[in-house]
Amino acid sequence: MDSLISITGDGFILSAADTTSARSIVVMKHDLDKIVAIDNNKMISIAGDSGDAVAFSQLVRANVQLNELQSGITMSTSGVANFTRNILATSLRQRPYEVQVLLAGVDPQAGPALYFLDYLGTCHPVKYGAHGYANYFVLATLDRYWKPGMDLEAVKEVMRACIREIQLRLLINQPQFKFKIVDENGVREIEV
Amino acid sequence: MARRYDTRTTIFSPEGRLYQVEYAMEAIGHAGAAVGVLSSEGVVLAAEKKITSKLLEVSKSSEKMYVIDEHVACAVAGITADANILITKSRVSAQQYLYRYQEPIPVEQIVKMAGNDMQAYTQFGGLRPFGVAFIYAGWDVHYGYQLYQTDPSGNYGGWKATAIGANSPAAHSILKSD
Repeated sequence: MDSLISITGDGFILSAADTTSARSIVVMKHDLDKIVAIDNNKMISIAGDSGDAVAFSQLVRANVQLNELQSGITMSTSGVANFTRNILATSLRQRPYEVQVLLAGVDPQAGPALYFLDYLGTCHPVKYGAHGYANYFVLATLDRYWKPGMDLEAVKEVMRACIREIQLRLLINQPQFKFKIVDENGVREIEV
Repeated sequence: MARRYDTRTTIFSPEGRLYQVEYAMEAIGHAGAAVGVLSSEGVVLAAEKKITSKLLEVSKSSEKMYVIDEHVACAVAGITADANILITKSRVSAQQYLYRYQEPIPVEQIVKMAGNDMQAYTQFGGLRPFGVAFIYAGWDVHYGYQLYQTDPSGNYGGWKATAIGANSPAAHSILKSD
């Protein structure tokens, strides 16, 4: 089960996703990127069934791009979160998307916004969040060490602590993680 | 000359005109006037109610001004029954947007949707266009206070001040000079 972690800092959000793609006992890929930039200031981390995850991230990205092109306005992160939630909720009782989602965006006025979504149509704004098995291990770490308004170095420190926890305690091996940051300058990959 | 090309909405005249759309605008020119003015502190909409009969229960009906959502309202000039259809559609669209995005619909988008509905009746279906013009007034976080006008062709524009209905050309020139 894929691990996703996102942490809000002062004017930015740092997201991590493990890069393993596996089914049952077989690892198919070691360098999968599960974090997708959906526009200039938003990124979405998607874990779960690999077919659904890719299809869903592309669906969200395409719809956001179209919406912004047609309306001439950049969507707010909250608007995208609710739009995404709506897709998950309506698909739930037909053909559910087996995906876990963390949506991170930095809006020009409102600042950083992080949303925790799941395949049941849950949607909550959070300060930090995690999906997958990571959930059970890192939330405790984050509860303990997260403070509002942390700078990048402090958030990286907490993220490193979270990754250490997963690699130490989780039965399945998740040796490699990819990290991306979103701030007022956009979405980019980062070393932690 | 016009006679041959004016009975069907969905065909052009040889001069490249859509007569039904123009006739619809003609109908609006006979209706009660409505004026809108934009300022940095808000938008003002005014509409002239034509009292057709003393027996009419005026307080129970509104033929000129309608609320679309909490942040958008509009004034109407033209065939009231036509207006009602479009107003209802706009209200539904506004709520659908609010449901899906959990935030109020940007003003321009609700105007654009209404415009697109009107345009459809000028291109296919063989139905006549809507005989209504609207002045939309609203506020959103993207562009602040806004004023838009639509016409039966489905075209819309953003205005600092505008007028529709009877004597609107005269109103326009007064607004322009001020």
